[in-house]
Amino acid sequence: MTGRIVILAIAAVFTIGPVLWTLSTSLRLPSESFNLPPSFIPWNPDFTSYAQVFKQLNMGLLVLNSALVTGLVALGQMASAALAGYAFAQLEFKGKSALFSVILATMMVPLQVTIVPVFLLIRGMGISDTLLALIIPAIPTAFGTFLMRQYFLGLPPDLAEAAAIDGATPWRTFRSVYAPLAMPGLAIVGILAFNYHWNEFFRPLIMTISEQNFTLPLGLVSLQGNMGTGSISVVLAGVILSMIPAFVVFIFGQRTLRAGLTSGIGK
Amino acid sequence: MKQQRWLPWVFLAPTIAGMGIFTLIPIVASIVLAFFHWDIISAPEFVGFANFAEVAQSPTVQVSFLNTILFVVVAVALQLGIALGLAVLVTEKLPNWLRSFFRSALFFPLVLSAASVSIFMKYLFNEKFGVVNWLLSLLNIPSVPWLTSPTGSAAVIVLVYVWQNFGFSFLLFLGGLASIPTETYEAASLDGATGWRKLVQITLPLLSPTTLVASVMAIISALQVFDQPYVLTGGGPGDSTRTAVMVIFETAFQRLEFGQASALGVILTIIIMLITAAQFRLSKRFVFYQ
Repeated sequence: MTGRIVILAIAAVFTIGPVLWTLSTSLRLPSESFNLPPSFIPWNPDFTSYAQVFKQLNMGLLVLNSALVTGLVALGQMASAALAGYAFAQLEFKGKSALFSVILATMMVPLQVTIVPVFLLIRGMGISDTLLALIIPAIPTAFGTFLMRQYFLGLPPDLAEAAAIDGATPWRTFRSVYAPLAMPGLAIVGILAFNYHWNEFFRPLIMTISEQNFTLPLGLVSLQGNMGTGSISVVLAGVILSMIPAFVVFIFGQRTLRAGLTSGIGK
Repeated sequence: MKQQRWLPWVFLAPTIAGMGIFTLIPIVASIVLAFFHWDIISAPEFVGFANFAEVAQSPTVQVSFLNTILFVVVAVALQLGIALGLAVLVTEKLPNWLRSFFRSALFFPLVLSAASVSIFMKYLFNEKFGVVNWLLSLLNIPSVPWLTSPTGSAAVIVLVYVWQNFGFSFLLFLGGLASIPTETYEAASLDGATGWRKLVQITLPLLSPTTLVASVMAIISALQVFDQPYVLTGGGPGDSTRTAVMVIFETAFQRLEFGQASALGVILTIIIMLITAAQFRLSKRFVFYQ
C-alpha cells in the first residue's frame, strides 16, 4: 500500500508541480524569474508582473471576448442540445434513427477537415474576424445532442400525457416539465462547452485577425511572442490569470466534468 | 398522445440547420474543393487528382505525416500505459480522501488550455535556465538541448502532450475498473491467485473493452495534434516537429492553397477512418466481453 501511495504521490507532483512553479514564478520579481534552484514558495510575493500583464496586453478585452464566446457557445449548446435531445428521446417522427446516426457520425469528422469550407462560409456571411465567427459554428453539438437524448430517455413519457390532459402545449410541456428534470445533463453540456471553448486555440487562430477579437489563449501566445525570453514572470502571470476560470470550474464542477468527459463513451 | 407532424422538426431545427451548414456542407465542400485549384482570388479551376499528387510529393508534407504517425505511436503508448498503471494503483483500498485527491490531481491538467500549458512548458524545458535541465543536473545528467535539437523538440512535444492528456484515458480506465465485480477477485483469491496474477489474468482481460475505447479515442485525438507543436516549436527545428494539422493550417491560411489543404484534410480523415476500422477488426481477436 505504501508503494502505491509513493508512486501516486510522485505522479501527482508531476501533474501539479509545473502549475505551482508557474504560479510561484509569476509572483517573483521579473529579474529573479530565472533563478535556479527554483523556489517554490514565494516568500515575498510580488505582484508587479500581474500589473504588467494588464499594461502589455488588453487583458480586460481578452477576458471579455473569451467570456462572451465561451458563455454564448455554452448557452447555445445547452439550448439546441436540449431541444434536439428531447425530440430524439420523446417525440415520434419519420427518419428518426437515420438522422440520429448522421448526427453521431459527425462526431468522428476532425475539425481540420471542415475548417477551410467553414472559414469560407464565415467570410461569405460577412462575419469573418468577429466573435460571431467563433460562436455561431460552435453551437450545434453532436455530443450534446447525444447526451441530452440519454437524459430525456431516462424520463417517463407519461409526464407529457399528464401535462397534455392539463392543457399544456407541447412547448410548455418541454419547457416546464421535461427541461427542468434534465438539468444535470444540461450542466454537463454547459461545463464541457465551457472547458473546451475557454481553452480553444486552433479555431480562434484561424477565424480572428485583429487583436481586438482575440481570445485569451491567442492573446497569451502573442504576448509570449512579443517578449521573447525577456521577463517570463509577466507571461506566466497571464497564464495563471487565464487558468482561474478553468480552475474554478474544476473545483466546483469536478464531478460533473468527470461524468461528462467519460459519459456516452461507454465501457 | 397525438402530436402535430411538424412539431419534432421545430425542436430539431437549430441543430439540423447548424450541423447542415457548419458540418455536413463543409464535409462535402471539402471533398469537392480537394479537386480544385483555388487561392480565393482567382476563379476555382478543376485539376482532378493534381492536388493529391502534389501534396504526396511535397517533402514537407511527407515529413509531417511521418512525424504525426511516429508521434501517435509513442504518445498513445505512453498515454495509455501511464493511465492504466496509475488507474490500477488508485484502488478502493486507499483511504477515501487520498483516493479522491489522487483522482483529481491526476486529471487536473486536462482542464487547462493546451496553449497556456505549452507556454509554461517552454520555459520549464529551456536549455539554460529551465527547471527540467536543472533537475537533471542534480542527477548528474548533462543538460539536454530540449527545444533546439530535432530529437529534443520531438520529445518535448510528446511529453507535454502526454502530460496534459493521459488524465482522459485515466478516467476511462477508472470507470472500467469500477465495473469489474469484486466477486471475480474474491473467487480468484480463494484459488490462491496473487496480486500480479490477478492483474494479468483478470483485470487486463476484463478491462479490454475499455482499453479499446481508450485507444481509439487517444489515437484520434493524437492524430490531430496542433496547439503544442505550434506554440512550443513552430514545427522546427527544420520540419522536425511539423505535424499533419500544422501543414493543413499552413497550406490553407499561409500559402492560400485551399484545394491542397482540402486534399490534405481528406487524406487525414481517410487515415483516421482506416486506423479506427483496423482497431475494431483487431479487437475482435483481443477484446474480451463479459
